Amino acid sequence: MSAKRQFRIWRGDETGGDLQDYMVEVNEGEVVLDVIHRLQATDAPDLACRWNCKAGKCGSCSMEINGKPRLGCMTRMSTFGDEETVTVTPLRTFPVIRDLVTDVSFNYEKARETPAFAPPADVAPGDYRMQQVDVERSQEFRKCIECFLCQTVCHVIRDHEENKQAFSGPRYFIRAAELDMHPLDARTDRKEYAQAEQGLGFCNITKCCTEVCPEHIKITDNGIIPMKERVVDRRYDPLVWLGSKIFRRGETPQTSVTTARQGSATPGSARGGVHSHAGGSHDPQAEAQAQSGVNWHREVPHPTAPAVDDRGRLPLTELTFDRAAAPSPFGDDVTFPLPPEHLNFAHPDQDDKH
Amino acid sequence: MTTTTRIERHHYDVVVIGAGGAGLRAAIEARLAGKKTAIISKSLFGKAHTVMAEGGAAAAMGNVNSRDNWQVHFRDTMRGGKFLNNFRMAELHAKESPQRIWELETYGALFDRTKDGKISQRNFGGHEYPRLAHVGDRTGLELIRTLQQKIVSLQQEDQREFGSYDARIKVFSETTITELLLDGDRVAGAFGYYRESGEFILFEAPAVVLATGGVGRSYKVTSNSWEYTGDGHALALRAGATLINMEFLQFHPTGMVWPPSVKGILVTESVRGDGGVLKNSDGKRFMFDYVPDVFRKQYAETEEEADRWYTDPDNNRRPPELLPRDEVARAINSEVKAGRGSPAGGVFLDIASRRSSEEIRRRLPSMYHQFKELADVDITAEPMEVGPTCHYVMGGVEVDPDSGAAFGHVRGLFAAGEVSGGMHGSNRLGGNSLSDLLVFGKRAGGHAASYADGLAARPKVAVDAVEAAVETALAPLQRDTGENPYTLQQDLQAVMGDLVGIIRREGELADALVRLAELRERVAKVSAFGGRRYNPGWHLALDLRNMLVVSECTAKAALERQESRGGHTREDYPAMEPKWRQVNLVCSLDGDNVRLTRKPLPKMRPELIGLFDRAELGKYLTDEELADFDALVADAGEADNR
Repeated sequence: MSAKRQFRIWRGDETGGDLQDYMVEVNEGEVVLDVIHRLQATDAPDLACRWNCKAGKCGSCSMEINGKPRLGCMTRMSTFGDEETVTVTPLRTFPVIRDLVTDVSFNYEKARETPAFAPPADVAPGDYRMQQVDVERSQEFRKCIECFLCQTVCHVIRDHEENKQAFSGPRYFIRAAELDMHPLDARTDRKEYAQAEQGLGFCNITKCCTEVCPEHIKITDNGIIPMKERVVDRRYDPLVWLGSKIFRRGETPQTSVTTARQGSATPGSARGGVHSHAGGSHDPQAEAQAQSGVNWHREVPHPTAPAVDDRGRLPLTELTFDRAAAPSPFGDDVTFPLPPEHLNFAHPDQDDKH
Repeated sequence: MTTTTRIERHHYDVVVIGAGGAGLRAAIEARLAGKKTAIISKSLFGKAHTVMAEGGAAAAMGNVNSRDNWQVHFRDTMRGGKFLNNFRMAELHAKESPQRIWELETYGALFDRTKDGKISQRNFGGHEYPRLAHVGDRTGLELIRTLQQKIVSLQQEDQREFGSYDARIKVFSETTITELLLDGDRVAGAFGYYRESGEFILFEAPAVVLATGGVGRSYKVTSNSWEYTGDGHALALRAGATLINMEFLQFHPTGMVWPPSVKGILVTESVRGDGGVLKNSDGKRFMFDYVPDVFRKQYAETEEEADRWYTDPDNNRRPPELLPRDEVARAINSEVKAGRGSPAGGVFLDIASRRSSEEIRRRLPSMYHQFKELADVDITAEPMEVGPTCHYVMGGVEVDPDSGAAFGHVRGLFAAGEVSGGMHGSNRLGGNSLSDLLVFGKRAGGHAASYADGLAARPKVAVDAVEAAVETALAPLQRDTGENPYTLQQDLQAVMGDLVGIIRREGELADALVRLAELRERVAKVSAFGGRRYNPGWHLALDLRNMLVVSECTAKAALERQESRGGHTREDYPAMEPKWRQVNLVCSLDGDNVRLTRKPLPKMRPELIGLFDRAELGKYLTDEELADFDALVADAGEADNR
């Protein structure tokens, strides 16, 4: 059973190109890659396209089919309507080499920057002992076939070339997670590395990577979120947060985020509590201070990429917290909208009062 | 015009052609020996065909059954190869594979575990004890990723020491080698092109390791990727090396036959190891009818006994579904020819009715996933349709067992993995290829490094040889009168699939040789449309030459060997012939023509042949060899009595 189907395929190179129309025979049970092979054997012998195993195991034939990042060998033609035009384009996030082939060297560079497995110093080969339940967490990430679909779909770099320097992408977050969860890996700083060097903080958990993963790895839920959580655990530890409610301001045990800024304290910070978001606070002292005007010399926390999800919530684990939901990143005692007089806003035409 | 062609030049100590398991392991070893090493990969780094290996890596670690040891593994390997194996390779392989597997753990590999935390081992066709270290059913991927990451880790060391990741080991991805360059009888370098740009590249290196894999793309139904065009086999031949055992091709018994787009993709043997059975269209479990006499003792005769084996392997014999691959492939072929096949021309592989849905999904996750995604078949609910598919070539470069150095009249050439021959004899056991890659990859890399060390002066690349290589490479682009390379490939696949396939006949083989000669004329005139940048048509046109010469070797050797053994089945000579066991068929190039010579097999050492009982040897050896064996046993007996 075969029929002619309409295909639009991007042809060109780094200097430019466009979609070209092809009418091509399609048989029952075929996948998009079969159709591309038929085109190569007939109308377009020089159509460039990567492929290897044709079984969804090597991750070579990544392309965008009707705008969606897919593996050509795993996209059955039966998933399209009979009259539907199938549009095939190269991965958008990477520079085109020719036709459907892109320069994916970005990924190999990031792979090279990720510190390798560190074998335990005192265990001889053959003496490694691990429980199945302990290796399974890392094994999930080792299923990765490096098709780079998660990399191409990630909006942090998909249309933001400038982020590529600082952002390794989901593939390498799960590599870090895999090593972090490896029962015998000798390094202990995998999450800190992911936050500081891989740009984990850029990720705002839209889960696009999980959606396109042909191996169905739960990249976000099992890899990225646990990594973020543990980074967050340190930066926004609920005990530290609770401590800040019990101790008087100024005596609060500082988390690493704030201590980093304390060193460069300005004169204004000598007054107690000035580093807080005084806005909706019920602290009378801060309230009074807010009412008396804005202190422009107060120290505000250094802006960091928010470790929050797409609804603005901290993905804190419920087990270690006293409530069923994550706390507000602004502090639970802040209600919105803030009274206008509490806003730390200076009109451009207004002089600094202090 | 060749004088104006730009050629990028590189100097290395060791060049490894191929970035699968064997190539990467060889490169790691050469780099650890301090050599400046290049890895040439036809695809992207980490995409090699090794990822397709599902079952596992065979190594007699004895983690699951403590009675396993290297002697038992050696015996199984020789038995599987029908005693045609190079015994020394089988011995080294059995002895060294456990160390090679443990070593992978130090690189970061995470195998499935036993209850006491050791590497778990699973049953597999032809292995007496559970022996295959595995990771679900994606062991090949784990192996390639582990080696890839080890190379990255070595590059990170070099970055710290020399300030460059590429200081001592560099991967040239999407690069194809078209010619080896010689200085007299010594390897001097390798010439090829970047697939991306079509620019030429020349490596000057005294030692080259071939690790290019197999030849499956010459067949219509194959599990092999496009890379498997016999490049290493052909490069070796043209450099003056020899190939052995080229008549032996393994047809995996259970490849998918439906839907057509995934025809040839393998269904791992573990489906059978974990309880799957083969049935014909009458619903009969037919493998009981196909147990050959040599295996009668080890295999169950009733379904009840076979089913008990899964839970109590010590007191029951194995189910016949776990016979060596060639036996299963032949049985399926016979059922289909007798009209008892499935609608798509295969048979049914049923695990759905025998194991619970959760258990199947847990034990065979990627199998389940693959069928669901590719074919919309739920293997936990319905049987699969399977049939024989071209899977592995036992034949390859004739090498020195200990060093992997190629025989023939060339020095500085090494081979490891599927491209080398001898290790697997006439038939490879499942799981032996992954351990083969590691054991002989390490050996070839190490010996290539010490060969490079031992040279007084570096061989020189001759300018005219480079010019000739450039001309050959550009020729298809400069012709516009020849045929389309895709048509030629299809014709070649048709000849090999129809006439030199799983069951062979004298008339058909002779016919195949005539057609291959015609194809040779056509391939010499092939033309490729388009330019040099990432042009798959041009790439194929260059690969065709290799596929053709390797196909000629296979057809010639298959015509010569008048018996059936392992991966070579002659309908006109159905029996295994002890006299033929003493003979290897050796291919070499004489000008442009393939020349075939006979060479006696090396004789097994007494302590190794003593591992077998006489009754078993009786099925394989000639009367004279058996008399020798009896004398040996008598001598040993006397020595004991003294």
